[in-house]
Amino acid sequence: MDVFLQTLVAGVLKGGLYALIGAGMTLIMGVMRIINLAHGQMMMVAMYITYVCFHYWGLDPYLALFISMPALFLLGVGIQKYTLNPLLKAESLLPENQVLMTVGIGMVLTEVIRFIFTSNYLSVKTGYSDAAFFLGRISFSVALTIAFGIACAITAFLFWLLVKTDLGRSIRAVAQDEEAAALMGIHVERIRSTAMGLGAALAAAAGTLLLPVYYLYPDIGGPFTRRAFIITVLGGLGSTVGAIGGGLVLGLAEAFGATYIGMASEEMVGLIIFLAVLLFLPEGLKRLTRV
Amino acid sequence: MLEVDGIDVFYGDAQVLWDVGFEVRPGELFVLVGANGAGKSTALKAISSLIRPARGRIQFEGEALHALEPHQVVERGVVHVPEGRRLFPEMTVEENLLLGAMTRRAKAKRRSSLEWVYELFPRLQARRRQPAGTLSGGEQQMAAVGRGLMGQPRLLMVDEPSLGLAPILVGEIFSIVRRVHEEGVTTLMIEQNVQQSLAVCDRACVLENGRIVLHGSGQQLLHNDQVRAAYLGL
Repeated sequence: MDVFLQTLVAGVLKGGLYALIGAGMTLIMGVMRIINLAHGQMMMVAMYITYVCFHYWGLDPYLALFISMPALFLLGVGIQKYTLNPLLKAESLLPENQVLMTVGIGMVLTEVIRFIFTSNYLSVKTGYSDAAFFLGRISFSVALTIAFGIACAITAFLFWLLVKTDLGRSIRAVAQDEEAAALMGIHVERIRSTAMGLGAALAAAAGTLLLPVYYLYPDIGGPFTRRAFIITVLGGLGSTVGAIGGGLVLGLAEAFGATYIGMASEEMVGLIIFLAVLLFLPEGLKRLTRV
Repeated sequence: MLEVDGIDVFYGDAQVLWDVGFEVRPGELFVLVGANGAGKSTALKAISSLIRPARGRIQFEGEALHALEPHQVVERGVVHVPEGRRLFPEMTVEENLLLGAMTRRAKAKRRSSLEWVYELFPRLQARRRQPAGTLSGGEQQMAAVGRGLMGQPRLLMVDEPSLGLAPILVGEIFSIVRRVHEEGVTTLMIEQNVQQSLAVCDRACVLENGRIVLHGSGQQLLHNDQVRAAYLGL
């Protein structure tokens, strides 16, 4: 029973971070109608930024959020503005070709980071990296618990932004009907860039929060792009609430897979769920929750 | 106020409009009539800068609209209520209305515009928290016109407001457009319902296969033999 509860806790804590990654990709998916296959790589860049902040300036990873998130916001805006928006203007290309562009961007990000930092494994060891507290006999990693709290706060902020502000309404309007949004006087290209920036900043938050308990190497982006993809499909492509549910499901599935099947099968469990969702619940969790 | 001067418009290689020109004067209700596929909506899209004319000029109060981006056209006060209403279906009626006021000019008057629209269309106020996709066809058209009014239009362009509505609602929609126009909004309407729209308008022109074939006052056109034969079946 203890093992079960312990796994549950680990899964939920990790799921909170996955939800952030998924919400970011979903935001991009909703507005651009493409899967951003550079999502994990953007997150990886944010992790390196956090590493540099910590290693060279002694900045705590949680404070580094204030650097990594704005930095990735700008990177996302730049990528949209200078690489993806021009593609949309070429009439001979289908909009889906943006997906290929994101694959290329992911490779470039990975190789630039490898060039600067080499392929060595790096890690950020803080005083609380290995610390834990106990409730009953269940241990909670201090770092992951704090990360989970911050992830919840960021998610709440995202919802407030989407529901209550003009920017959020504009983002949802562009997602639902781009041409009608333009007729409202919304600058559609700017909204696209902003949505990409926000999505990248959310991935950055997840990366930075994960770093105290994770190791870091340039190719770490790939697995996280796959996870983000699985979460987005689980959530039903474009549903933010669904993506948060998808993040939790994937976090739990990986935790239970690691505990009861074996550490090596962590990623496999996620992919099996992905296949099962495609086969049996192609509309994702959205179908169950209707939001 | 609005001058469209000799525009040619293409979709890819296919030409849709040939040398189309007309003028909307301040304060009037102007109607562009024509059959399905005559190019009426294309003309409005060209004014909104959603498509760029290959030739010709579109000027609003002396400024060239065809050089601007769509959102800049809205900022000038030229507001387009698109064909098929195009509400944001998953957002509430009120959110849709608020989205109508996204330009700086319109944002400043948002509260009072909202009160004005609710006064014109009390049914929208009753349904303000409902997703726009759940409204009936007539209510959706009210919401679409209301959303256009939220933009504080100096020229309101309404594309086929009667499309897909029951005949009994068509009359209601035309009286709504009439009422909006009586509030002092210069209005350009597009219709294939020739008889009813000619009856409410000040001036009109007839678009046929991408060319303007007739123009004049609504009454003149209603009594024109060509119009009577081709559109009114008389």
